[in-house]
Amino acid sequence: MQALGKHAGRRFVVAVPYLWLIMLFLIPFIIVFKISFSETRMAMPPYAPLIEWRDGAIVGIKLYFSNYSFLFTDRLYASAYLYSIKVAAVSTLWCLLIGYPMAYAIARSTAAWKNLLLMLIILPFWTSFLLRVYAWIGLLKSNGVINNVLLWLGVIHEPLTLMQTDFAVYVGIVYSYLPFMILPLYANLEKHDTTLLEAAADLGARPWRAFLRVTLPLSMPGILAGCLLVFIPAVGEYVIPSLLGRTDQLMIGRVLSDEFFANRDWPVASAVAILILGLLVVPIMLFQRVQKGELEARP
Amino acid sequence: MPDAYVRIEGVTKTFGGAPAVDNVSLDVQRGEIFCLLGGSGSGKTTLLRMLAGFETPTSGRLYIDGQDMTGIAPCERPVNMMFQSYALFPHMSVEKNVAFGLEQEKLARAEISERVVQILDIVKMGAFIGRKPHQLSGGQRQRVALARALVKRPKLLLLDEPLGALDRKLREHTQFELLAIQKRLGVTFIVVTHDQGEAMTLASRIGVMNHGQIVQIGTPLDIYEYPQTKFVADFVGSVNLFDGRLVEDEADHVRIRSEELGAVVYVDHGITSAPDVSVSVAIRPEKIGIDRTRPAGSENVAHGRVKEIAYMGDTSIYIVELDAGKLVRVTLPNVVRRAEDRLTAEESVYLSWHASSPVVLTR
Amino acid sequence: MNRGYFSRTGLVIGLAFLYLPILSMVVFSFNNSRLVTVWDVAHSPTLKWYVALLSNQPILRAAWLSIRVAASAATGAVVLGTLVGIVLARFGPFRGRTLLSAMTTAPLVMPEVITGLSLLLLFVALEQLIGWPRGRGMLTIILAHITFTMSYVAVVVQSRLAGFDESLEEAAMDLGARPVTVFFRITLPLIVPAIVSGWLLAFTISWDDVVVSQFVAGPASTTLPMVIFSKVRLGVSPDVNALATLMVLIVALGIVISSLWMHAMSKRRERESQLAIAANQ
Repeated sequence: MQALGKHAGRRFVVAVPYLWLIMLFLIPFIIVFKISFSETRMAMPPYAPLIEWRDGAIVGIKLYFSNYSFLFTDRLYASAYLYSIKVAAVSTLWCLLIGYPMAYAIARSTAAWKNLLLMLIILPFWTSFLLRVYAWIGLLKSNGVINNVLLWLGVIHEPLTLMQTDFAVYVGIVYSYLPFMILPLYANLEKHDTTLLEAAADLGARPWRAFLRVTLPLSMPGILAGCLLVFIPAVGEYVIPSLLGRTDQLMIGRVLSDEFFANRDWPVASAVAILILGLLVVPIMLFQRVQKGELEARP
Repeated sequence: MPDAYVRIEGVTKTFGGAPAVDNVSLDVQRGEIFCLLGGSGSGKTTLLRMLAGFETPTSGRLYIDGQDMTGIAPCERPVNMMFQSYALFPHMSVEKNVAFGLEQEKLARAEISERVVQILDIVKMGAFIGRKPHQLSGGQRQRVALARALVKRPKLLLLDEPLGALDRKLREHTQFELLAIQKRLGVTFIVVTHDQGEAMTLASRIGVMNHGQIVQIGTPLDIYEYPQTKFVADFVGSVNLFDGRLVEDEADHVRIRSEELGAVVYVDHGITSAPDVSVSVAIRPEKIGIDRTRPAGSENVAHGRVKEIAYMGDTSIYIVELDAGKLVRVTLPNVVRRAEDRLTAEESVYLSWHASSPVVLTR
Repeated sequence: MNRGYFSRTGLVIGLAFLYLPILSMVVFSFNNSRLVTVWDVAHSPTLKWYVALLSNQPILRAAWLSIRVAASAATGAVVLGTLVGIVLARFGPFRGRTLLSAMTTAPLVMPEVITGLSLLLLFVALEQLIGWPRGRGMLTIILAHITFTMSYVAVVVQSRLAGFDESLEEAAMDLGARPVTVFFRITLPLIVPAIVSGWLLAFTISWDDVVVSQFVAGPASTTLPMVIFSKVRLGVSPDVNALATLMVLIVALGIVISSLWMHAMSKRRERESQLAIAANQ
């Protein structure tokens, strides 16, 4: 809106949210970055200033790289880091395998069904995430619903250990993030022209082949958006592994919060945050490009 | 022209360095219907949007009724626009849509509703006053959009592809209504269109645009019968173009030899050009006659063979391949219902035309 | 077609996967036994956990705090997020647009621990520098929640505006409306549905948040998810099942009613347009 934009109010409209985001989104990262180079000390706040001021002049800058070297030498951090990537990747793959057929089926159903099914996909999202993860404790624990049913059916004679396993974390993440995979996939698949498949069939392609050669390549942007929406937050996931996951192998988000809350080591927690961000910066930028393409393609 | 109502002086608009409108100067008179005709990307819509105030010229000036429009916001201009998409506010009824502009003038309620009813009657939409836009057909939306723009009694109305969204039958009908309303209210119209038929019927004058420039301005007859460039000849209607050389250049006639045509073209009016120069000859398809036998005279006749015939109902189009290999398009009216001796493909024919028909183009 | 069959089977299994856990939670909220998942045939169903829940003062206090936080955060997020959505959808290119759009999409995927940590460090630094916000509590939670929920509002508003032709606003200006009038009479009414769903979305996300709240909350301000989280870390608890059932019920009712209403509206619109077209022929 060029002419409206020229109005003096334009500056104001842009400036208010802009300043807010710079203040509460951008600057906090700079602070995290700064503190990751600080020395821990027993005080409040529990870190030493980087820059020493005396009589209005800088008399010294102290950068402590030991927070980072600590992370690289202690095996706990490296294994938590790699474990988080593995968990996020495996969960993303499962989300895709479960979510794709669901999104496909919804996109191909009649208009009335479409609305109902979409509502069913979105509905759990509106109920508490925490409580939905909690529901799995009741299902997975040794005297939980799944074990009780299997014992009753005689499939097993001893309760299975399902809680505090990798499996439980995968289930929790897939369960919580599934709508985030389905919705972008659906948004993409829904736009496909069904005559493309008819054309492929007309040219002699069997349904599976038509799917692999036509539908799948066309749905790549949806797949990418869905996978990034699951993978990026899953890497730093904290609640799900805390409730369902192993106690002998932590995820990196848990390590961060333990350093922060239990050890009160803010500089090391900041350094962990910076390393997570370093891992995620490329996926996040990729997500922004996908999102931009999605939002700025005018009908 | 001192009393030009709209004056465009050397206006250029660049988007990211590329000129969309390139040094255009133009005068539009009061009460005129001026059509900007051009293909997509010719700059016609950008020019219109600059008049409305949605775009600012990179250089040059715009005057409306003698007033410089530089720095004047769209809401302050004595101009209204009818958008190609109609841009009817979807959350407002027909009445509210039309009243919107008057409400901005802070008029009394009674006057607003009186003027709304009046204009809706003019566009024959009085019965639909309470409808929402989605409850209207395309043609009805077009009328509401027109009423909404006209109710403010603008001195100048800008119309962006006013008939573009209507089907063919409705278009023809609406064209004439638009003309009647314009005459009745005495508003100056500037119409943007890519449809030459629309431009021909609506316009008192047409400005043909190409690559951001106005290539020719004239009455519909001027533009069609006396195109000044190959682009105009080709863009407005269909045309046969032949390359040739000027062999004789007199004040009252010229002769052109064309190898493509395999004939000498005699034109009964003079042109201003140096002799022995390369020129193009343009002949409209409907100005060419077809005979089985050679007509009298040695000039303005070419020989060929019928390649294709397309029956269009009112006319037929014949594609004739000349001896030199060039394809020529000829349109003939189907005067007789069941002609016994209708031309058939592969027949040998002679093409001929009147000495006043060819147009000689040097650009 | 066998592919249709395959994907439909997948859909049914997937939906079962989504709903069975919730269903089991609901069922066991009526169970008399403390053991939650062992059904006490003799004394169930019972409402005793609901009664216990409604007399549990800490939970009620936390719920009340959460409601106030979520409502304030959603309102703030709607104001800021709507501005961002309009700027991104309508203001065309300007310097700093890329940064704004990056700062809007990044929070959508940013891991919560990072958002929480960075905001807390900001609040601590601010308190040191300018003495505000003094300590941490409801205010800091609201500020944090506005920051990461406004992105959702912005995305919803932006995509709604992308569905409308910009010439609507131009037409209003052309008819003599000043930018402020254009905003209140044209743009705002058009995006009201997006603003409503943006508010609900922001409310839900704020209401649900435990990680960011844990970082930025003070000792005196415990939100409902924080109470639930500390309870369920110790294992299942029947009153949490009752709480979950109540929340699922409220959400389900709200969604069913609103979608029935929207369905009826779109049906009416469809019928009206069909009538209009029929009348013109």
